[in-house]
Amino acid sequence: MSQPFLSIELLTQQFPDGQGGTLTVFENASFGIEKGEFVCILGHSGCGKSTIMNILAGLAEPSSGVVKMDGFEVSGPSLDRGVVFQNYSLLPWLSALKNVTFGVKARYPDWPAAKVEEHARAFLAKVGLEGDVVHRKPSQLSGGMRQRVSIARAFANQPKLLLLDEPFGALDALTRGTIQDELLKVWSETEQTVFMITHDIDEAILLADRILLMTNGPFARVAESVEITIPRPRTRTEIVDHPNYYAIRNHLVQFLGQRSKELAGQASDGAAQRPETVTIDLTEKTEDQSNPQLRAVND
Amino acid sequence: MLDNLTLNQRAALLSVVMLVVGLLIWEAAIPAQKAAGELTEYERLTGGGAPKAGVPPPSQVLAKAWEQLSNPFYDAGPNDKGIGIQIGYSIYRVLTGYLMAALVAIPLGFLIGMSQVAYKAFNPFIQVLRPISPLAWMPLALFIIQDSEASAIFVIFICSIWPMLINTAFGVAGVRQDWVNVARTHELGPFRTAFTVILPAAAPTIITGMRISIGIAWLVIVAAEMLVGGTGIGYYVWNEWNNLDLTSVIFSILMIGVVGMLLDSAFAYLQRAVAYAE
Repeated sequence: MSQPFLSIELLTQQFPDGQGGTLTVFENASFGIEKGEFVCILGHSGCGKSTIMNILAGLAEPSSGVVKMDGFEVSGPSLDRGVVFQNYSLLPWLSALKNVTFGVKARYPDWPAAKVEEHARAFLAKVGLEGDVVHRKPSQLSGGMRQRVSIARAFANQPKLLLLDEPFGALDALTRGTIQDELLKVWSETEQTVFMITHDIDEAILLADRILLMTNGPFARVAESVEITIPRPRTRTEIVDHPNYYAIRNHLVQFLGQRSKELAGQASDGAAQRPETVTIDLTEKTEDQSNPQLRAVND
Repeated sequence: MLDNLTLNQRAALLSVVMLVVGLLIWEAAIPAQKAAGELTEYERLTGGGAPKAGVPPPSQVLAKAWEQLSNPFYDAGPNDKGIGIQIGYSIYRVLTGYLMAALVAIPLGFLIGMSQVAYKAFNPFIQVLRPISPLAWMPLALFIIQDSEASAIFVIFICSIWPMLINTAFGVAGVRQDWVNVARTHELGPFRTAFTVILPAAAPTIITGMRISIGIAWLVIVAAEMLVGGTGIGYYVWNEWNNLDLTSVIFSILMIGVVGMLLDSAFAYLQRAVAYAE
């Protein structure tokens, strides 16, 4: 098997448990992400999703294991890996535009100011922020607009890998829907590789090429990699009518509701914990639709 | 009638009323000097005809203020300089000592705020040195520096340093980790992180410390100049007391208040300029 664009190998994270022992959050987690892929990771709180995200961003160090991007091991934060944080993390003393140019200037230090601003405005426009609104401070923007600015800042830097840490977690359902659409639009225009944490199953199905499912911790692992066999471009109103939608959704609900607990708490015995690839596709079948076709492939 | 006025207009009106009433009470409370013609021979012989030293009425203070402020920069020898020159000396000393303190306190505060080790190492010294009255340093400063002018500046330095140091350290230590992470994911170096993220984030706290410091420095300069003498508004107050010119004393007290207010409002303006809402 050839090396994927981003490869996570034997990643282990342990913390002291406060009583002299260690708490293993996850052990020997191994998975890969291809270039241009949109991958979501789903799992219960405390399973280590955010820890994996922080390791990929370079903001945290794993206890052991490596992350390789483009064949090179990553260490420390880098402009090649952009991050959108759940709480937006905009700098409150800068306007929306200045928050984006802040990133662009860091990414392209040689660009003249006019080009930086033009680039920043273009990406703000992609998420629907145009005109005077770009001169407002974050405190004068709604939560949805702040997250749009944060997304524009990340995309404007054109990182090799974009990490989204529950970007819509703090937004109401309607705003969330609009921004998901905008995210899809920007993503399809930029062919960005995206790795996203979410709690929302429908959001994951709408956005992702592939969903990684994590079991509960301790000793959490990425148990399955579910392919989303719904063709793009997708819209939220159309995908629910696709024959695969509810089959995939039910599979995810079953996993999170039941199997994430059953599979939890197993030490790995040193072996790499690779996810099983699960493909659910009902479109090829026309006669016997009583069972979803479930094909497990170990790679 | 009052209902038609805004809140500010009503407050301003009340202030004027309080001022006028206060001045009238003050004016009325001063006993009138007896005219020489009404004195008995005995009173005249015992010096009763000379004007009695007393607290001057506000009308006299106002006349003095008009006289002084219409020619603030005259210089008629070491003990007779205009109020503008005296205040100028005081402001010069305050700003010199204060700027030196800022140059030390803000970088040091950054260091202490960024590093737990530095914080713990510096803390005992700060806690012991901070409560010392700045004037207690004066004898030592005079002995070591051997110059009264520089000693006054040193006293301002030592009293302005603590609020700035502590507030800078506190502000820097309290910068949200999210913003530091933004700097890290954008690969900003330590200096760019300090100037583009930590400084603006901590600026409101730092300016608050600077505002407290300038207030203290202005309080202390008056006392310091009473001790070192020569020039300055503090020396002027003391000199006029020695001259038993209470009109000038009251006038200069008011000037100290006005200058202190102006210094404070400059920092209030600065504070608003760097403030941000989260």
